[in-house]
Amino acid sequence: MEILVTQVFNGLSGGSVLLLAALGLALTFGQMGVINMAHGEFIMAGAYTAFVVQQVVSSAGVSLLVSLPVAFVVGGVLGVVLEATLLRRMYHRPLDTLLVTWGVSLVLQQLTRDVFGTAGVDVVAPEWLAGPVEVLGFAFPRSRLFILGLAIAAFLALAAGLRFTPLGRRIRATVQNRQLAESSGISTRATDRLTFFIGSGFAGVAGVALTLVGSISPNLGTSYIVDAFLVVVVGGIGQIKGAVIAAFLLGVVQSWIEYTTTASIAKVLVFALIIAFLQVRPQGIYKLRTRSLA
Amino acid sequence: MKRILESRWVVLGGFVVGAVLLFVVAPALLSSFRLGLLGKYLCYAMVAVGIGLAWGRGGMLTMGQGVFFGLGAYMMAMHLKLGDAGPGGVPDFMALISSNGVPGWWEPFRSPAFTLVAIVLLPALVAGLLGLATFRRRIRGAYFAILSQALAAAFAILLIGNPTGTGGSTGLNGFKGFLGFSLNDPVNRRLLFFIAAGALLVMVAVARQLMVSRYGELLVACRDSEERVRFLGYDPALVKTFAYVTAAVMASVGGALFVPIVGIVSPNDVGIVPSIGLLIGVAIGGRTTLLGPVLGAIAVAWAGTTLSESIPSGWTYIQGLMFMLVIAFLPGGLASLGGVVGDLRDRFDRRRRPPAPAAAPRVPVPTGGS
Repeated sequence: MEILVTQVFNGLSGGSVLLLAALGLALTFGQMGVINMAHGEFIMAGAYTAFVVQQVVSSAGVSLLVSLPVAFVVGGVLGVVLEATLLRRMYHRPLDTLLVTWGVSLVLQQLTRDVFGTAGVDVVAPEWLAGPVEVLGFAFPRSRLFILGLAIAAFLALAAGLRFTPLGRRIRATVQNRQLAESSGISTRATDRLTFFIGSGFAGVAGVALTLVGSISPNLGTSYIVDAFLVVVVGGIGQIKGAVIAAFLLGVVQSWIEYTTTASIAKVLVFALIIAFLQVRPQGIYKLRTRSLA
Repeated sequence: MKRILESRWVVLGGFVVGAVLLFVVAPALLSSFRLGLLGKYLCYAMVAVGIGLAWGRGGMLTMGQGVFFGLGAYMMAMHLKLGDAGPGGVPDFMALISSNGVPGWWEPFRSPAFTLVAIVLLPALVAGLLGLATFRRRIRGAYFAILSQALAAAFAILLIGNPTGTGGSTGLNGFKGFLGFSLNDPVNRRLLFFIAAGALLVMVAVARQLMVSRYGELLVACRDSEERVRFLGYDPALVKTFAYVTAAVMASVGGALFVPIVGIVSPNDVGIVPSIGLLIGVAIGGRTTLLGPVLGAIAVAWAGTTLSESIPSGWTYIQGLMFMLVIAFLPGGLASLGGVVGDLRDRFDRRRRPPAPAAAPRVPVPTGGS
């Protein structure tokens, strides 16, 4: 029983990190069909933002709370710059955006290495996140609970924003039928840019959360980007709730296989499971209903 | 008719020129060390031929060719390690970290014949299974690219996590002999270079035959309008899987030759970063052309070696900028600038087709699937 609870909690905790990383990706991928490989580096930028903020604000608790909005803006601005300079030109070549943004990620990584050094840096976690919380005899680390809460809050905020705000309505309209949205007077270009800002902003927030997990290094983004993409693939594009289910599912399955075997075998098995899953549902858990072919 | 004859002669002439360059000029001009480096680039070029076929012609962005390169390389490295250890012996790195002897799945690789067959068959099997599983379910475009990339990530993690079986993150190195020949002998090293050059020429010939054949037309048709091909009664999944398998085998052979030439293979050669790194040469040379990927891959590998010697961190910036600028602004690669390569390619193209409309682009640029 104890093992079960611990493993499920580990899985949910891993899934919440995945969810934070994948939320923005699901949004930009669903909106524009653009695959942003630099998303991982936006996460890294968020993490280093938290590091820099902590150099200025000495109190760990305050710096964490300040970092969250600042990292959102940093990630968002990076995203908008990328969209405005490169991606804008290549909406009709989704596969090529993969490679272009890969180039961006290489440059950002090397830049970080040159500025902050290759070795990892540490961000001090605030005291109120140290130690575990005891519930019914089980100990849960507070920092992990904080990330879980942050991921759920980010999802709820995004879902509510998409559902109730005018911008959310415009985004949904553009995702469902770009041409019809355009002819109804929605500026899809402006919507795209705002979507990219928000999606990349979530990457920045994810980066701040990752500073609570361990030390951060310039390779931070690469280790999360593939898993985040798998979450989007399994969840299905166009729907944020697919990403939520997929992230927690992957987290729990991975932590369970890791427990019974080893971490490296778990990666391979999870990949095989995803391929098998796609045989049943090639378009992910939730698919966008359309009348276009396949 | 004249046109056909002409173009045959051009192709044959190009082939002879390439063979002379590789077999006569390069060995005469280059030192043994430089020749070894060129041999290494040729191995990358073999992977590039396959990528050109799968990505340029078939529209499948394979971001995980490092997996097949690595499969070939590791199988060859295991065979060399076992050969060095002698019959029944245990490779040195294994004896250091474990006392269990050689794992069972290593044993078959003592036989050179088994190793050579496995280098072709195992990647073909993996690519065939993955290709059928994805293409049959109409998973394509970005989804396929991400899956192939995830495969590369999983493969690298598997290699690192298994130090007793695969040498972990250091990989396998320190080979002494190749099929009974000493690898320290310069004559044998030159022979290895000739084998690599020959293999590359064969692959280019195979790719050229595939491109001008009916199958090649079908592959391009799948890239440009898969649904239409399906409605015409073909099975696009089979067409695409065949190209993917061919590319995998080419990558595997390139990897297998890479090992004795370079003397080391490690997870750094097979993960996500090197896998995607293989793409940029293909893109620069012109992904849809025959020779573009080969020349591009050699040029990028050469530039990589030269520049990282002088400015280590600069090379990453240049690589990143190449991805950004070439893919965004010159998707057809240098061949679309109207170089000699492009002209040759056009000749291959026109030979098979009725005169194209004048406005058609010289090098077709794939728009990428949705």
